[in-house]
Amino acid sequence: MKYVFQFGIVRDHLPELLNGAWLTLRLSFGAFALGFVLAVVLAFLRGSGPRPVRLAVGGYVELVRNTPFLVQLFIIYFSLPELGIRMEATTAALIGMSLNFAGYATEILRSGIDAVPKPQIEAGHSLGFSRLEIFRHIIVFQALRTVYPALASQFVLLMLGSSIVAAISAEELTAVTNTLQSTTFRAFEFYFVATGMYLVMALGARAVLHAIYWVVFERGQPARGAWAR
Amino acid sequence: MSRDFDWAAFLFLLGALRWTIVLSLIAFVGGSLGGLILAVARTSRYVVLRGLAGAYIGLIQGTPVLMQLFIVFYGLAVMTGVRIDPWPAVTLAFTMYAAAFLGEIWRGAIEAIPRQQWEAAAALPLSPGAQMRHVILPQAFRIAIPPTVGFLVQLIKGTSIASIIGFVELTRAGQLIVNVTFQPMIVYPIIAVLYFALCWPLSLAALRLEGRIDAALGIGQRP
Repeated sequence: MKYVFQFGIVRDHLPELLNGAWLTLRLSFGAFALGFVLAVVLAFLRGSGPRPVRLAVGGYVELVRNTPFLVQLFIIYFSLPELGIRMEATTAALIGMSLNFAGYATEILRSGIDAVPKPQIEAGHSLGFSRLEIFRHIIVFQALRTVYPALASQFVLLMLGSSIVAAISAEELTAVTNTLQSTTFRAFEFYFVATGMYLVMALGARAVLHAIYWVVFERGQPARGAWAR
Repeated sequence: MSRDFDWAAFLFLLGALRWTIVLSLIAFVGGSLGGLILAVARTSRYVVLRGLAGAYIGLIQGTPVLMQLFIVFYGLAVMTGVRIDPWPAVTLAFTMYAAAFLGEIWRGAIEAIPRQQWEAAAALPLSPGAQMRHVILPQAFRIAIPPTVGFLVQLIKGTSIASIIGFVELTRAGQLIVNVTFQPMIVYPIIAVLYFALCWPLSLAALRLEGRIDAALGIGQRP
């Protein structure tokens, strides 16, 4: 085994890698925002919608959670064009990530909603609140607080999982790395550095999310230790 | 010239499903061994062991599986000058991946055992190894079953990315069939259904076990 590491060549291509990482971040935050909004709607419908809607939402959640993200991507990017729905790889990646994240986030939010004490909801009813008002004024904040740590981990999984969209050639960090390594034949160096970039992004995201939790939910409140795990 | 998606193509997919299952099982068994070592190291009294196990878990959980797979497959091949087969590469990568996640799940289960159990075991008096083996692990095992089954689902789905380096399991087989039939609207949904048929029963089992164990331990019931 006689291999000379050459990380210099990685430095020469750093701008491309950073560009890829930037798209990874944009995709992750975009999918988080879209997926989260969708998940709030779905979680509401799952708890309070008419029965067929509830079942449909439940089916969607189970379908997303029990099939691979890669296959979901293939359906969006390769199957849908047969129905005349055509889109760019990056768009398909964003949609796929959002729909996938929404499936997991719906389930997480639902567990948070279930954890809100029933008497509070009954109190809302007796005040004459509608279901939507109860959801907005009583449930959401408490549920978010309960599920925040789980959502935060799910976000990190979303970001790391985004590397899979390289398979439909959306030019994020993994795809860029693939291209660079195949033209320079420096596979180890490029994958090593790209993996390090993912690690930094994951740790960074975790730290930022932790800080947000502290500011929003814990500052000035008695210690609860929801993160103690 | 293309041909339609037919019975033979479906059988080809089923044959490939077998490799998805085999790969998942190998990674699960190998990962269990590694995970057990990691979980014990993570809860040991020695700082160095805790640190090393923690660093390994953090590294694996903080980076994409796909990158880990690439490093093993392309990285090592380039470094050693030997082209590695997809088989050993994917089994190694997924075993390392499973070990980290199972190690973390089981650490949680071990730490969920009340302190008094350790104290009682120490009072008996059992050696630290015997405390772990006879008192803590049997109890932790029960708590760990539902999340472990849940992780198995994650692992099975995760093996789909082995297709990216050309390992022929279910997803790769689907791509191959699409390449000859040009019917992605039929083939990929079938692939999804096959994964679903494999994963959903496991997910349901995990949920049911969770309810049963919560009830046994007197933890809040699901409504």
